[in-house]
Amino acid sequence: MSGGLYSTDKKEFDKTLDLTRLMPYGDTMNDGKVQISFTLPVKDDDRGIEAAKALAKRMGLNEPGVAHHGALDTDFTFYVVYGSLTHCVDYTQLHVETVDTEIMDMWETDTYIKENIKRKVVVIGASTGTDAHTVGIDAIMNMKGYAGHYGLERYEMIEAYNLGSQVENEDFVRRAIELKADILLVSQTVTQKNIHIQNLTNLVELLEAEGIRDKVILICGGPRINHELAKELGYDAGFGPGKYADDVASFAVKELYHRLGDKRTR
Amino acid sequence: MVKEPKNKLNLDFQLVEKIRDSARDIAEETQEFIEAHTTIAVERTVARLLGIDGVDAYDVPLANVVVENIKKGNGIGIGTAIYIGNAMLRTGMPPQEIAEAVAAGEIDLTKLPMGDFFDIKMLVDGVARQRVEGIRNNRRTREALLEKYGDKEGPYLYVIVATGNIHEDIIQAVAAARQGADVIAVIRTTGQSLLDYVPYGATTEGFGGTYATQENFRLMRAALDETGEELGRYIRLCNYCSGLCMPEIAAMGAMERLDVMLNDALYGILFRDINMKRTMVDQFFSRVINGFAGVIINTGEDNYLTTADAYEEAHTVLASQFINEQFALKAGVPEGQMGLGHAFEMHPDLKNGFLYELSQAQMAREIFPKAPLKYMPPTKFMTGNIFKGHIQDALFNMVTILTGQKLHLLGMLTEALHTPFMSDRALAIENAKYIFNSMEDLGEEIEFKQNGIIQSRAGEVLLKAHQLILEIHRDGLFNTLEKGTFAGVKRPIDGGKGLEGVFPKEKDYYNPFIAMMLQER
Repeated sequence: MSGGLYSTDKKEFDKTLDLTRLMPYGDTMNDGKVQISFTLPVKDDDRGIEAAKALAKRMGLNEPGVAHHGALDTDFTFYVVYGSLTHCVDYTQLHVETVDTEIMDMWETDTYIKENIKRKVVVIGASTGTDAHTVGIDAIMNMKGYAGHYGLERYEMIEAYNLGSQVENEDFVRRAIELKADILLVSQTVTQKNIHIQNLTNLVELLEAEGIRDKVILICGGPRINHELAKELGYDAGFGPGKYADDVASFAVKELYHRLGDKRTR
Repeated sequence: MVKEPKNKLNLDFQLVEKIRDSARDIAEETQEFIEAHTTIAVERTVARLLGIDGVDAYDVPLANVVVENIKKGNGIGIGTAIYIGNAMLRTGMPPQEIAEAVAAGEIDLTKLPMGDFFDIKMLVDGVARQRVEGIRNNRRTREALLEKYGDKEGPYLYVIVATGNIHEDIIQAVAAARQGADVIAVIRTTGQSLLDYVPYGATTEGFGGTYATQENFRLMRAALDETGEELGRYIRLCNYCSGLCMPEIAAMGAMERLDVMLNDALYGILFRDINMKRTMVDQFFSRVINGFAGVIINTGEDNYLTTADAYEEAHTVLASQFINEQFALKAGVPEGQMGLGHAFEMHPDLKNGFLYELSQAQMAREIFPKAPLKYMPPTKFMTGNIFKGHIQDALFNMVTILTGQKLHLLGMLTEALHTPFMSDRALAIENAKYIFNSMEDLGEEIEFKQNGIIQSRAGEVLLKAHQLILEIHRDGLFNTLEKGTFAGVKRPIDGGKGLEGVFPKEKDYYNPFIAMMLQER
C-alpha cells in the first residue's frame, strides 16, 4: 500500500514541466498520480485486490495501491485505487475542436442581431426522441435561464419556441419548416447505450431529405455532448456541461449572419 | 408508522386549516367532473380487475381489445363491467374466455342482446368481489410480513434501479437491499407514460429503465421477498403509476403486491402533456385502487422544482401538496399512505440555503404530520463534480434526519452523469446510514429561534401558499393549469394527449370496483 496519497517514495523523476510529455499532477510535477474507482464482479478478498491491482497496471499505473475495498454484494466488490500513471501526452500536438466565438451577453446579442441580421431570429428547441428530460433545453431557452444567464425567451430579437420533451424528429422538422426556424436546438439528457447518437444522426438525415439542412443552424447539447462529437455527427456546434444561453446564442447568431452573408455574395 | 413531529415553526395553524378548507373545495369541484366521466384507461382497468389478462396475436393486450370493441359499439358510457357481465350471462363463460373470443372475432360485446341489469350486476359483482378479496389478501400478506419482521422506525432508504433489463434490475435491487435499501423503485423506460396500453411479459429493453409490466412486477416482487426473508426485513417495491395507463398500473400493482406507487394528480398534465380531463378521471380510480391495496402513493411536487426555482416557488409545492391531499382523501387514501413529495433543490450558492430547506421540510412535516413524506435529493444543481455532489447529498440526508422525512430517495454522486452504478448506490447508502446514525436524535434536541430565519421563512411560504390557493379556488383547478401556475408549465384544457379517451358516463354506467374498494376497506 505504498502508492497512497502521500507517497514516501523517493522522487527521482524529472520535476520540470514538459508540455510535450504532459502527465497528471498529484503534489509534485510529473508524479503522474491518479485515483480510479471501479467494481469487480468477484468476492471481496485478497485475490480480488490482486485483480484490481493487475487491472490498474494494465491501465498503465505504476505501483498501484488499493486504498479501499468493500463488498457491494457477495460477488461484487468496490475498489478505490491510486497509482502513478506511466503514460504521457504531447499537449502541443493535440487537435481540438472548440467553438471559437467571442461570447456576448443578452444585450450584446440583441444589438448584434439588430445591426447585422436586421430582423428577429427564430429559434426552436426540443428534447427529442424518447428523452423526457427538459432540464437542458429549459436551461437554455426558459425566460428565467440558468445560473444567472437569461434564457433565449427573454431575448428581444429572438423568437424562441421550446417544444418540450419526447418530440419525434419528424415533428421537430415539421415545426421547423412551419415556423421558418433559423436555428434548431436539440437536447439529449438521459440516454442509454448511445441511443442519443442514433437519434441525433437521424435528425440530420431528415433535414437533408427535406433539403433544409443548409438553411438552418443546427446545434445539439447535453451532458454527453461536446463540440467535436457534434461536428462529427453533422451539426454546426455542440455544447456540453457548463455552457449557457449566452454561449449558444453568440455562436448561433454569428454563424447565421455569416451564412446569410455567404448567400448575399454568391 | 410515521412519528408525529414536534411543532417548532410557530406556524399559524388556523391559516393551515383555512388553506385545507379551500383545497377541499377545489378538489370537490373537480370531483363533480370526475364522477360524470370515465376513460378508456379506467375501462381497461375494470377489464383487468375482472381477470382479463394476456395479449392477442398482434401483442395487443386483451384489456385493450375488449375496450376497443365496446368503444366501436359506442358502449363506453355504460362501462365494461356491464358488457362483460352481459356476455357472462349470455355465454356462461368467464371474463378471460370472453376476452379471447372477442379477440378471435367470435363475440361482439355490444351486439349481444342486453340482459336484465340486475342479473348482470349479480354476476359481475360475484367476480369482482373475488378479485377484490385477492387484493385484500395481498394487503394482509404485507401486513403479516411487516408484523413478522417489524417495520423500520426511521427514514426508508429508497433507491432506484434502472438498467433497462428486468433481470439485471433484479441483481442490482438484491445488492441494494443487502446494502441496506428499504424501498426499491424500478424505473420505467422513457416514453412508457405516453403508451395507451401496458406491454406484456418480462422485458429486457428500454431507455433509462424498462417497461412496467405485470410480469416484471411479479419477478421483482418474488426476488425481493426472497431477499427480505434472508435479511429479516420487508423490502418495499415501488413503480410508476402515471401516464395514460395510470389506473391499469395501479391494478397490476395491487395484484402483485407493490408497496409504493408514484401517483400524482397533476404530474402527467404538467410534465407529460397528458390532457387534464383524462388525468383527473384516471388519477381518481388509480388512487381508489392504491388506497384499498395499502399502497403508499408518492406525489410529484418535487418535479416542479426541477423547472421552477426552489426558493421562489416553494409555496407552489405546498399548495399542490394541499390539493393532492384532498384528492387522495376523496379516493379513500388514508393519510398514512400519502407520500406527499418535495425536494432539496435550492441553488448550492444560495446563502443560508440549508436553513430554507430545513424550514420547508419541517413545515411539510408539521402540516401533514401523519403522511410518510417523500423527499427527493438534489438533481438540478448536480454537476458531474462527484465529490461536491456527495456533500450536497450529505446535506440533504441531514435535513431528512433532522425533520423526519419518511421516503428518503437517496441522491447519487453521479446524478447528471448516468443511471446509477452499483457502487454509486452503495456509496449513497453508506452516506445516509452514517448521517442517520450519527445524528439520529439531533432533531429532538433542536428548537428553532423565535422569529429567526427558519421560522420566518416557513410563515412566509405558508402565507404565499394561502394566497395561491385562494386564486386557484377563485379560478378553478382547470383554469389554473391553463395559466401555468405550477412548475411554470401552461396546459390548455382540451390540449395534450389522451382526450379522445374521455367519455361522459350514461345513466346506466356501472363500475363495481369503486364502491367495493371505498366501502370494504
